[in-house]
Amino acid sequence: MENIFLANAWLILALPFAAFLGIVAFTLGHKRLSGYLTIAGVGGAFLVSVGVLAAVTAGGSVHLSFPWYVLGETHFELGLLIDPLTAIMLIVVTGVSLVVQIYSQGYMHGDPGYSRYFAFMALFTTSMLGLVLAPNFLQLYIFWELVGLCSYLLIGFWYRKPEAAAAAKKAFITTRLGDLGLLIGILLLYWNTGTFSFGGIAQVIAGHTLPEGLITTAAVLVFCGAVGKSAQFPLHVWLPDAMEGPTPVSALIHAATMVAAGVYLVARVFEIFSASPTAMLVVAVIGAITAFLAASMGLVMTDIKRVMAYSTISQLGYMMLALGVGSYLGGVTHLANHAFFKALLFLGAGSVIHATGAQDMDEFSGLGSKMKITAGTLLVGSLSLAGIFPFSGFWSKDEILAGALQRTDNPLLVFLGLVGVLVAGMTAFYIARMWLRTFTGEFRTPAPAGAHGGGHGSHEGHGSVHESPWVMTVPLIALAIPALLSGLLGSDLTGQWYGHFLEGAEFHPESLNPLVAGGSTIVTLGGLFLAWATYSKKWISAPAVQRQFSGVHRWLVNKYYLDDLYLWLIRRVVIGGSDAFQWFDLHIVDGVVNGVGRTLAATGSALREFQTGRVQNYGLAFFGGVVIVVVFTVFLR
Amino acid sequence: MLTLTLNHFLVLGAILFCVGLYGALAKGHAVAVLMGIELMLNSVNITLVGFARFLAPDQLLGQVFAVFVITAAAAEAAVGLAIVLVVYRQRRTVNVEEVDLLKW
Amino acid sequence: MIFPYLSAIIFIPLVGAVAVAFLPQENRGIIRWVTAGFSFAALTVSLAVFAQFNLSSSSPQFVEKVPWIARFNIQYFVGVDGLSLPLVILTTLLTFLAVVGSWHIDNRAKEYNILLLVLETGILGVFTSLDLLLFFLFWEVELVPMYLLIGIWGGPRREYAAIKFVLYTLAGSAFMLVGILALYFTSNPRTFDMTQLAAASWALNFQMIVFALIFLAFAIKLPMFPFHTWLPDAHVEAPTAVSVLLAGVLLKMGGYGMIRVCFNILPDAAREYAPWLAAIAVINILYGAGLSMVQKDLKKLVAYSSISHMGYVLLGLAALNQVAVNGAVLQMFTHGAITGLLFFLVGAVYEKTHTREIAKMSGLAPRMPTLAALWVMAGLAALGLPGMAGFVAEYTVFVGAFGPWAWYTILGAAGIVVTAGYILWMIERVFFGPANPAQGLAHVGDAKRWYELVPLVTLMGVVLFVGINPSVVVNIINSGVLPVVARLGA
Repeated sequence: MENIFLANAWLILALPFAAFLGIVAFTLGHKRLSGYLTIAGVGGAFLVSVGVLAAVTAGGSVHLSFPWYVLGETHFELGLLIDPLTAIMLIVVTGVSLVVQIYSQGYMHGDPGYSRYFAFMALFTTSMLGLVLAPNFLQLYIFWELVGLCSYLLIGFWYRKPEAAAAAKKAFITTRLGDLGLLIGILLLYWNTGTFSFGGIAQVIAGHTLPEGLITTAAVLVFCGAVGKSAQFPLHVWLPDAMEGPTPVSALIHAATMVAAGVYLVARVFEIFSASPTAMLVVAVIGAITAFLAASMGLVMTDIKRVMAYSTISQLGYMMLALGVGSYLGGVTHLANHAFFKALLFLGAGSVIHATGAQDMDEFSGLGSKMKITAGTLLVGSLSLAGIFPFSGFWSKDEILAGALQRTDNPLLVFLGLVGVLVAGMTAFYIARMWLRTFTGEFRTPAPAGAHGGGHGSHEGHGSVHESPWVMTVPLIALAIPALLSGLLGSDLTGQWYGHFLEGAEFHPESLNPLVAGGSTIVTLGGLFLAWATYSKKWISAPAVQRQFSGVHRWLVNKYYLDDLYLWLIRRVVIGGSDAFQWFDLHIVDGVVNGVGRTLAATGSALREFQTGRVQNYGLAFFGGVVIVVVFTVFLR
Repeated sequence: MLTLTLNHFLVLGAILFCVGLYGALAKGHAVAVLMGIELMLNSVNITLVGFARFLAPDQLLGQVFAVFVITAAAAEAAVGLAIVLVVYRQRRTVNVEEVDLLKW
Repeated sequence: MIFPYLSAIIFIPLVGAVAVAFLPQENRGIIRWVTAGFSFAALTVSLAVFAQFNLSSSSPQFVEKVPWIARFNIQYFVGVDGLSLPLVILTTLLTFLAVVGSWHIDNRAKEYNILLLVLETGILGVFTSLDLLLFFLFWEVELVPMYLLIGIWGGPRREYAAIKFVLYTLAGSAFMLVGILALYFTSNPRTFDMTQLAAASWALNFQMIVFALIFLAFAIKLPMFPFHTWLPDAHVEAPTAVSVLLAGVLLKMGGYGMIRVCFNILPDAAREYAPWLAAIAVINILYGAGLSMVQKDLKKLVAYSSISHMGYVLLGLAALNQVAVNGAVLQMFTHGAITGLLFFLVGAVYEKTHTREIAKMSGLAPRMPTLAALWVMAGLAALGLPGMAGFVAEYTVFVGAFGPWAWYTILGAAGIVVTAGYILWMIERVFFGPANPAQGLAHVGDAKRWYELVPLVTLMGVVLFVGINPSVVVNIINSGVLPVVARLGA
């Protein structure tokens, strides 16, 4: 291979993994060193990724596979696959990860599990990169599970908190439910195409030899995995709870990278989905439902991280909607843009939490004057999320809505596009609400430390709120730049670079659709205005609205009672069923076993009466026997 | 003049055997039981020697068997009496009716 | 004359047992070191066999064949192939670790160690015998030390558990003996030689009957639903090291026997029974997992999880194809390592807390960080996390079984979700959350002594190694599976 970066792309995986091993083996006792190791590993991976991106832009690619183990005709292979989609994902993952690691040095300062934290982060980065680089379903599934593991470990990082431990378990099991579908989809595809590799499967599908029903089934099953990982309805319930983890973890894993893996998966095997209109429709519908439900719940949350969490779910729904309506470009660019601005939003929220020791918006307000950098960068992130021109979110959101609204062949898809427009307004409202309630108004902080022990017990200076240290603010600024500018890559200004890069020859450049862009901007501004009117000017009384629609509000605050439904199902069906099994096992299965034993013992007891224990009786019987035998043999022959 | 035939030996053997059997099965005293067993063994010896004398007088087969039986009987008596002694020490009785631990 | 490797592996422990018998009872230190030395010697020889194993040959290697009871054509005939070698190594490794892990046993240490070594000889004999009668003999020999180990060193209900275990196994053995004799008397010339029996052909009806007779013994050992109830009782009562061996290798005798005797000699019957086996496999997986979910005793939870995991073995076998059977054998190997590890961990936690009741434990992680970390890793291995050995085996089984039994495989795969459920729930309740000061667990410590750590770390290493580089084991297994699958496919 000619290009030095492509030839050494394996370093992208190896460097963070080496950092993980190094921490586990040597530096568990040296906190600072552990942090530096992870930063060095991820930083190295970032540099190589930049080189890879440059090489891929120039037309390079990597397709590498080697057998892991082989059983006859079945090859279990691992390898590397680098194409434009991978290259962009590499930049997103390593870039966000690097920034988050630097930030974490400040956020996790003084935590007793500092080294463990950085070890897990390095492991997570490795796994995520392995997922992105996977050339086949086997490797994808392996790293898919491993990112799930890291998510489990990091959500439950403060394992002394029962909520954190429960949230970690919930996240793992919920996503595994989706993974079950993915696994079955993989098996179905393998038995019908004879290969795990993405390229091989795409080839078979392009050959039009498989029945469409089969492709639809397989695609929907694979999508199940994406539903779990990307927290789509109805498996989204784990993501809000996942906010129990440290905030940088939420930023990296539960906003920017891992949760986007589902979207990445659908994009990666887009050939399978696009071969089945039904499957595409499923993706679009689930995406739209998720986007709407999550946004509606985001409207009423008061925990700053939960607002972000529902926002993430909603935006992931957007991406799914994009892919479902066939707007591959919209989905992938939104994935990249979202990664940057959502990481920024989370890290900003982390900065607020770090400063105040609280994360409920009821407990603080008016922090803007004390935390200028945080407030400023968060504003950039919020506007980007809301989709205001020219922030990055605007471009990809517009791409998605245009993609959906242009699908006049199917009215349902157009309707979903309109839902998307509505969601854009809701998004603008809840993110503006978050920003206004946190940074404007009367200055208020929660009661000083002590009451807010929890996982943040190590944080200093709750009494006097001040801006976070530079290791935390510099990353915010670093993320604000792509949040502001990365959208331009897909715009007319750069000749729609994204489109050409991702779709190559198939790409047909399209200019901004003024109707869609204008319409969605109006809705967005409407949402912003409403929030401003409610929370800044108090023209509208939030409590009054809440009272007016108390029924709706209750549904929203209780997350549509989905969590309760699932809990009921687990209690009644899983645990109840298992209890029934237990009863059956003890009384029926083992009852039969013991019954057989008891029957034999009883028979033995009855027969024991013949055993007098007196040798002379036995001797008499023995002699009688001899007499009988002699009589028979001698006289009766 | 009575000539001893094989039948005489066999009848004597049978009588002795029955007496011994009665002793072994019906007596309560353990030593009496052992004596009964000895009687039975010796009745067999008589039979063996009788057969040997009348059926194969030139081979001494029966006599050899009898010697074996005597040896075994001696060993058995030694072991048996030892057991009786041990049982007596343990349970203060040598009545076999009362030694029925096999039935627990 | 080449060195008789297999006889050495089989009889080194027995020689060790005799040697230990002559040691003074009071000197436990010497007894332990001698026992460890002999079991380590067996391990070394088995690794030497591993090093010299010829991957390209699919017939038995290191064969030793000596007429034993010539009149009935019974031979001392031992050999290893790809099916048995991993299990032989697993046995020698786990026994050595069990000896090390029993270092703290002071109650009648001499007899305990002797019995462990005798047990090892019995198990190794089963895995290496190629003569059916010899196989049966070793199968029975293993019962005696196991009965005594559970019955003497066990928990409060040890006698019930030991008798249940022995009677259940013996009931199966009786049927197996009938089946073996049926094969013997219908073969021409009469032989117990498995290689010759496998080459012969039998009428289908006859195969069906004999298969059922012999299979029953293995089904009880595996254990297969509904013959599994001896297992939780035996596990709960058995001392830690015995549980390790029980779950780690004794259950594998069942799976191994199914392939070696039932599938290899009676392939037509295997094909006929396969749908039933697949269905029962799914019951095993889901039923075992469900039962694990509601256990209140840590050790019982692990015991029931074994039932669930052996279901994957059954599912792989029922698929009858190369990939799935490989997966099944690999699952036996990996389950041996993982469950061995889990039982060692149960024992270690019990040593510290003196309770196995999950409800009484809480927030143990800060008190025992090493054990907690190992528990989490072992738990993840058990729920089939990639990078650990269990994943490779389960994934391979699924890939192989999906073709013939798509719906059963889907149901079986659902088991991995339930497994994740009960494992993570257990870990959460035992190790996470706030420490529970009321239960007198405030002063429990971590595992620090070498004889506690050696078994744990070694097994964790095996699990990770096989999980990352499975081809080392898979290639060996594959060489043994190929001829069986060829016969099944014929």
